[in-house]
Amino acid sequence: MIALVPPVTPLPEETAELRAQVREFIAGELAAGRFAPACDSWHAGWDEDFSRRLGTRGWLGMTIPVGYGGQGRSALERYVVTEELLAAGAPVAAHWIADRQTAPALLRYGTERQKERYLPGIARGECYVALGLSEPDAGSDLAGVRTRAAKVPGGWELTGTKVWTTGGHHAHVITVLARSGPADGRNRRAGLSQFIVNLPDPAVRVRPIRLLSGEHHFNEVVLDGVFIPDDMVLGEPGEGWRQVTAELAFERSGPERFLSTFPLLDCLVRQLAEQSAAAGPADAIALGEIVARVWTLRQMSLAVAGALARGDAPEVAAALVKDLGTRLENEVIDVARRLARVEAAPAAPGLPGLLAGAVMYSPGFTLRGGTNEILRGVVARALGLR
Amino acid sequence: MTEGAAVTPDGELKLLAQTCDALFGDHAGDHAGDHAGGRDGWWDERLWAALEEAGLPLISVPEVAGGSGGSLEHAAVVLTCAGEHAAMVPAAETALLGGWLLAEAGLPVPPGPLVAVRARVPAAGGAGAVSLTRVPGGWLVRGRLPRVGWGRVAGRVVVLAEAGGAELAVALGPGEVTAVPGANVAGEPRDDLIVDTVAGHAAVREVAVGTGQVLRLRAALARVLLISGAMGRALDLTVRYAGERQQFGRSLGSFQAIQQQVAELAAETAAVRAAADAAVRRCTGDGCTGDSFASPGAWFAVASAKVQAARGATVAARIAHQVHGAIGFTQEHALRLSTTRLWAWRDEAGSPAEWADELGRHVLAGGPLWPVITERQGERRG
Repeated sequence: MIALVPPVTPLPEETAELRAQVREFIAGELAAGRFAPACDSWHAGWDEDFSRRLGTRGWLGMTIPVGYGGQGRSALERYVVTEELLAAGAPVAAHWIADRQTAPALLRYGTERQKERYLPGIARGECYVALGLSEPDAGSDLAGVRTRAAKVPGGWELTGTKVWTTGGHHAHVITVLARSGPADGRNRRAGLSQFIVNLPDPAVRVRPIRLLSGEHHFNEVVLDGVFIPDDMVLGEPGEGWRQVTAELAFERSGPERFLSTFPLLDCLVRQLAEQSAAAGPADAIALGEIVARVWTLRQMSLAVAGALARGDAPEVAAALVKDLGTRLENEVIDVARRLARVEAAPAAPGLPGLLAGAVMYSPGFTLRGGTNEILRGVVARALGLR
Repeated sequence: MTEGAAVTPDGELKLLAQTCDALFGDHAGDHAGDHAGGRDGWWDERLWAALEEAGLPLISVPEVAGGSGGSLEHAAVVLTCAGEHAAMVPAAETALLGGWLLAEAGLPVPPGPLVAVRARVPAAGGAGAVSLTRVPGGWLVRGRLPRVGWGRVAGRVVVLAEAGGAELAVALGPGEVTAVPGANVAGEPRDDLIVDTVAGHAAVREVAVGTGQVLRLRAALARVLLISGAMGRALDLTVRYAGERQQFGRSLGSFQAIQQQVAELAAETAAVRAAADAAVRRCTGDGCTGDSFASPGAWFAVASAKVQAARGATVAARIAHQVHGAIGFTQEHALRLSTTRLWAWRDEAGSPAEWADELGRHVLAGGPLWPVITERQGERRG
């Protein structure tokens, strides 16, 4: 039988204490009114003070070694903190990319100087990063990036346009994937490199691309001959594709891939429980079905996290988590609409507001980090169909 | 279970999986015409004999009670494999239900197929009610048990019934029940058993309160494992067929529309595999012996896994048939062995609606949702 998902690894007992601490912290934040639970808070909940408070607690850069300002803790401990914050709908967007993506990439590919320069700030919740990947003509087909990196004395000159750059208007750094050399025959994945671009820079223009809700999270980032010294190349020139895709199993299997609408589900349950007379048998069944699904996706996600912690690269399992998890995020919306019988109302408190947020963010769930169609292609290839 | 000195627990499970795969695989051809209209009432006695020789039917039943020993994790390997190979034997009923309950009750565990059924109290009325009345020499057992899996071939039918506020296990031999044959859509025996007999004291034991609930969870978990195996087989067959079948001058699997379907089948299969795996771990006792079915976390895990498995079974059967086209819809093709079982098993041992309803009610009564899902309710937040 085809092996699709790693064996489930139980979370180590010591994570229970950590989980309790995070819950206590969140309860305190909620009680003090420092945040209101929101859907898709890892994309839309930009709150630098909140990020710094997490940093003070030692809950950012958890897997960064102590020598670089981190906590030297395990990936599973980071998982526990992350899932607690996401389930609570806490505003974690400011540090999200830096903590999830950039810190591991720096640890793996960065120079000593790069690590010393960026990692402590990431762990403190003060250094934010944006990803310069997609372009107007390169979305799912990422190897088609056209941003050019031309070799100049002492460094590189980057010219091109990046789009859908989340948080680019706040970020201190944007990591840019650019073509630094020719493709190797038909292999377009060759000749790509990653660059660390500090912001602001007079040669970098950041312009908002507003979401359909009018919110500003996405940006267009125009690189107009920006000079990058040689020591700001991330990893090896020409290895950009491998570096960018190596972390995909982390990116695709985390709790953010099935919890983006969890605050809506949580609010729905609270509301139905309060008006228990209104919850008929059909409501309980619909609720039970979605709860079973959330439980299952969490087990799958944990299985992948366990494999990653052992040093495996379960790329296919990660793609499966993201495909199922992001569709579950949408199913939660449908269940909420069916059971709550309220109208979505942007910025309203409680269920109507959470529902509005979830609905308006929903197209992104199955697009970001590789569309679900691309992910299913990855799975089909692993099954030998292409 | 033999414990090689140098074999790790994981390695041991892998070895067991290989043994099972070979054993069940050897008998896969015996299915040829077993379905309705074929050999009605047939079951795979040759496979059963081979399984008994390997000590597999009573896996996870303690050795002191006459079982083969091993943990629930071992049993899970056997049952997943049985599901994968559509084995026409009562493997789940014997190891997880009948054998377990006999051992739990301190009753003798004989070889041969064993089943266990939880009877309803007569006061509740309806089908499945069994009355127990104390009479000289033992208990008068009277009633009708509907759709008992493998009832007609069972060497012992263990009826779990209530009498005077206690739960009693009653072991009935083949001569003490009358089977009215029935079947599920896969052609597996699901017989109504009519009981009207006096069971001697030696065949009746009081068991701990809550045994009925554990039996219910075990039955559901058994179905989850079988479904997980059958989905894996449906996926394998579908991938193979999509690779071999040519249309429009190319393989089916080269069409993106087909790839997307098969990937969805793979995703649901992986989800059920993870759910089954997690539920088994949750229900396995510390130190890999015994079990912890009685814990609240076990109930939540099994209920969730059963709901998930029912959904997965539905999606898997639909996609597997769609990709196979007309040939998969025939008796001569092996796909039906998996899909008819998926259709049957998803609704057995408690329908998905029944389990989902329980989960939903629990969630509505249980405070914030997240601690329930993480099984960390002691550390509830806000």
